[in-house]
Amino acid sequence: MEQKIAVAVDDLTVAYNYKPVLWDIDLSIPEGVLMAIVGPNGAGKSTLIKSILGIIDPIAGSVAVYGKPYKKQRDKVAYVPQKGSVDWDFPTTALDVVMMGTYGALGWIKRPGAKQKKQALEALEKVGMLAFKGRQISQLSGGQQQRIFLARALVQNAAIYFMDEPFQGVDATTEIAIINILKELRKAGKTVIVVHHDLQTVPEYFDWVTFLNVKHIATGPVKDIFNDDNLTKTYGINYKVAVQK
Amino acid sequence: MNAELAIILIACLTAVACAIPGVFLVLRKMALISDAISHSILPGIVIGFFITEDLASPWLILLAAFSGIITVVLVEAIQKTGLVKEDTAIGLVFPALFSIGVLLIAIYANDIHLDTDAVLVGRLEYAAFDKLMIDHVSYGPKSMWTISITLVITLALLFAFYKELKLSTFDIGLSSALGFSPVVLHYGLMSVASVTTVVSFDAVGAILVVALMIAPAAAAYLLTTDLKKMIVLSILFGIMSAIGGYYFAVWLDASISGSITTVLGLIFLLVYLFAPTKGLIAVLFRQKRQRTEVSLLTFLLHLNNHDSIEERRVAHLHEHINWGKVRAKTVLELAQKNNMITMQDEVVSLTNKGLKFTEKALDYIITNKDEQIEDMKDDFFLFRG
Ligand SMILES: Nc1ncnc2c1ncn2[C@@H]1O[C@H](COP(=O)(O)OP(=O)(O)O)[C@@H](O)[C@H]1O
Ligand SMILES: [Mg+2]
Repeated sequence: MEQKIAVAVDDLTVAYNYKPVLWDIDLSIPEGVLMAIVGPNGAGKSTLIKSILGIIDPIAGSVAVYGKPYKKQRDKVAYVPQKGSVDWDFPTTALDVVMMGTYGALGWIKRPGAKQKKQALEALEKVGMLAFKGRQISQLSGGQQQRIFLARALVQNAAIYFMDEPFQGVDATTEIAIINILKELRKAGKTVIVVHHDLQTVPEYFDWVTFLNVKHIATGPVKDIFNDDNLTKTYGINYKVAVQK
Repeated sequence: MNAELAIILIACLTAVACAIPGVFLVLRKMALISDAISHSILPGIVIGFFITEDLASPWLILLAAFSGIITVVLVEAIQKTGLVKEDTAIGLVFPALFSIGVLLIAIYANDIHLDTDAVLVGRLEYAAFDKLMIDHVSYGPKSMWTISITLVITLALLFAFYKELKLSTFDIGLSSALGFSPVVLHYGLMSVASVTTVVSFDAVGAILVVALMIAPAAAAYLLTTDLKKMIVLSILFGIMSAIGGYYFAVWLDASISGSITTVLGLIFLLVYLFAPTKGLIAVLFRQKRQRTEVSLLTFLLHLNNHDSIEERRVAHLHEHINWGKVRAKTVLELAQKNNMITMQDEVVSLTNKGLKFTEKALDYIITNKDEQIEDMKDDFFLFRG
């Protein structure tokens, strides 16, 4: 069965202040997978996502989204940044943050109207946050803030979703709620790529996995490649994670 | 137009023109950069003045604004080397550029009306008399024109790019991913801030420009959780201080821009102290209540855990839980006020409500399940934020 490639990364090298944090990455992600990116802190997971989305310019290599440069495919991609990357004391409400997901489709200058508001409210409902729509974002708990970010990505109504640690600082209920929504997205044929930290839950939540530590170590179906060997290569120490099958 | 009205109007227009970029500078935690710009445009002004011999010339304004942009570029370049932090980089760049400006004035401009005093505190008193003359017809003060035009452009840009500015200020990553280049928006904002600084500079001086950009926005930030309201409030604070500062100066027979700066400082101080949720007094009050509420919870848990009458005596509170009389009394009163305990013969027991509250709070502390305590958030600071 021939599968379409959603994202292809070719010989990608990224550096901050001339210090490479991603070395010669080759990676291709097939359409329709729910994939975890795992690797230790500072492995370059966030940097990989940012360079796929054109937020950081690589010093070498290229990225293609459905065969074209990202800049031509912005409307096909949604992004949930790491929660700590924004200022939650910013004067704005939950609804307003979710509305930001519609800005891309609007383009420059045009303002969100009733249609965008309706989309945002639907997304808030989907993540169970409708009751909090008017709440100032600093008055939300960590888990609620993650749900708001997820709702904002849902509003983007994309084909590919990049999420940077969406489970960071959330309670068990929220984690289950979020993973259920991600699984729904995959069922709808979307490609979902998630930076993930809890190795124990990888086999349960994801069907694909990428191991990353400055270099690309492996990418493939969880059942084939989620093993001690790759974990050791990635984390340096022997990880005894029992993988079924 | 009489001079008094002209001065007040120039001050108000300047205040509004400064307040708008100021809001975004404050939200981007770039208050220092406005200080840097206001000082380092000096060489641009001096060089522009040599060329045009007219402080209100559009060329001078553009040249000076350009040196503002150069400041920003230099600061970022130094910062990018990773050797120093942003505030250090700012501290390196602007004294250098400012001193070049001062030297240029000292060497070449001794006999023209550009002295460092005027540069720092401005000459609002004279701005009203420096009229725009075309064919011997007076069209009112020059600064009024330059500031009005700047303000109109600033407002037009704000209306056009409000959504983009908001997004790139809040979430630079998403802004970039969606194609709203943070670099373009950043330099757009810096250009507006630079031009505004230059045109305000002649009338109100470098110190007041910085104060007018930062103080209103900083005060508004403490009062609202809505960006649009923050902008409106900043504008109002700016206008209030312009008008208040003028009459304050007349009353004291002091410098107008000095008085406006003082009024701005006072407004900020009052807001800082008395803002309803983010003000100092509110914060201290909340901390005190939170302490009391933690004590209350500890106390209720204690009652919940111990059935024996001995453990539930009021006197026991002092000895066993080790609380001072005042604290014990506050906690007991709070518990009684909320109908969580009853007292009989100096023995305390939990009411049904108290029991429920305790179990719910305990559950929350263990599981961190937020939905359960939504209703408690209204009554107890402890469970908020
Ligand atoms: N803006 C930056 N400037 C300089 N170094 C950075 C920057 N962002 C990240 N780094 C460095 O790049 C490396 C990879 O970071 P990151 O992609 O955030 O890792 P991860 O998300 O896997 O934890 C880290 O060593 C980090 O310190
Ligand atoms: Mg990261």
